[in-house]
Amino acid sequence: MSSSKRRKDIAYYGVIAALSVFTLFCLIVIIVYITSNGLPHITWEFLTERPRSMGKEGGIFPIIVATLYATAIALVIACPIGIGAAVFFKEYSKGGRFIQIVRIFTEVLAGIPSIVFGLFGFAFFVVFLGLGWSVLSGGLTLFMMILPTIVRSTEESLETVPMSYREGSLSVGATRWQTTVKVVLPCCVKGIVTGVILGVGRAVGETAAVMLTMGGALRLPLSPFDAGRTMSMHMFVLTSEGLSMEKTFATAALLIIIILIINSAANLIGRKVGAINSA
Amino acid sequence: MQKENVFEIENLNLHYGAFQALIDVGIIIPRQRITALIGPSGCGKSTFIRTLNRMNDLIPSCRVEGKVMFDGEDIYDKACDVIALRKKVGMVFQRPNPFPKTVYENVVYGPKIHGEKNKDRLDEIVERTLKEVALWDEVKNRLNKSALGLSGGQQQRLCIARALAVGPEVVLMDEPTSALDPIATLKIEELMSGLCENYTIVIVTHNMQQAARISDFTAFFLNGVIVETDTTEKIFANPANTKTEEYITGRFG
Repeated sequence: MSSSKRRKDIAYYGVIAALSVFTLFCLIVIIVYITSNGLPHITWEFLTERPRSMGKEGGIFPIIVATLYATAIALVIACPIGIGAAVFFKEYSKGGRFIQIVRIFTEVLAGIPSIVFGLFGFAFFVVFLGLGWSVLSGGLTLFMMILPTIVRSTEESLETVPMSYREGSLSVGATRWQTTVKVVLPCCVKGIVTGVILGVGRAVGETAAVMLTMGGALRLPLSPFDAGRTMSMHMFVLTSEGLSMEKTFATAALLIIIILIINSAANLIGRKVGAINSA
Repeated sequence: MQKENVFEIENLNLHYGAFQALIDVGIIIPRQRITALIGPSGCGKSTFIRTLNRMNDLIPSCRVEGKVMFDGEDIYDKACDVIALRKKVGMVFQRPNPFPKTVYENVVYGPKIHGEKNKDRLDEIVERTLKEVALWDEVKNRLNKSALGLSGGQQQRLCIARALAVGPEVVLMDEPTSALDPIATLKIEELMSGLCENYTIVIVTHNMQQAARISDFTAFFLNGVIVETDTTEKIFANPANTKTEEYITGRFG
């Protein structure tokens, strides 16, 4: 390599390294800032008690429950439908016009601002279907929001499965369904898990969509028809009404921790299942 | 009493959209013999071999006309059960394609799909088929390790074992050794002459010496047409058609 080429190579390396350091730096600043402000206020009381005087005092237990409740509803509906749809698009349909239209709609869906989902959720689930402001309405709205993410990531991982695996399976007399379930999908676990994590991240942290559909009650939601308040909604209320910065940061730190836990758990599951498959 | 010929094909025409890949193909595949299909790239041999277990069904634009009789039944008849057909007509592909599962799981995949649950019988199938493909001694201590850790030649023999595990009558081989080194190729060739005691083998090959070495019958394809088909001896020693002679002596292709 000529010396000018080498110098250029080193320069490019420097630029790319600097960019990645900068990215990491931004992330660390945010996380350190929030956790250092929030962690000291996360006490046992904060985790287990109900909020008092509009959230100024007390804990956020009902809010944690409502957040996980709505997210779980969204996931339980979105996973089978999203994965099923992706399997249909990629493994069954022969790429007809109908599929193209459905795919365009899914992509448009992914780009819609969450407040629009909120508005739709309010008009459709809350009012039209009469579900009221409830965890169920919120969960259903979140389901629509994360559906495209799950469809897309499942489709992408289905595309990475070599055609030769499918041929190998079909050539011993397997049906298309057997081929999909026993050979193709097991290869996709990692990709699907990634999509689900992205979906969870979006659902857990969503504010606008749930504000209009879940009500915002501070009570503990027991049935899916009860109203509730998610953590991000709670933060919004706490700050916008100037109730308590401490509690806001504590809630934010806790939200980050919850997302971290969900991510690592999902990753672990993905790796375990993947490992079994390629043992 | 089984018929002497496994496949009897008449007037087979196959189109990919507007392109005709096979033109009036007629051939007989005798039972428990090795039939080699030779010819230059793009002449339709792979397309043809894939009509025998209806793998071409996967290609949406593909259209098949004519008669492909397997054990006296037309496999392109609407009533034909493709799953049952593929169980009887197995296939080995150009590139080894073991599943990303263990060696054991690869072999028992087919039997399990067809409902075999008995562990002893599955174990027996694994041992028998891996012995048939001369892989048993090499992998018996690593049955529960990933098949992807095997060498290319071992993977291909595993794929043959996977095909044999469901008890086929016919094994179709689409250039099974073209991705392998000469030693692995030799092993597979040795294997094939043993296999034809129990199975009928149809092999597509680019390697003329391979066809001459292992096959009993040879068909020469050119531009979607079977130019000549005869015993391998006759084709290589005294071909009737000048095109065949030119091809096997390496003047084109």
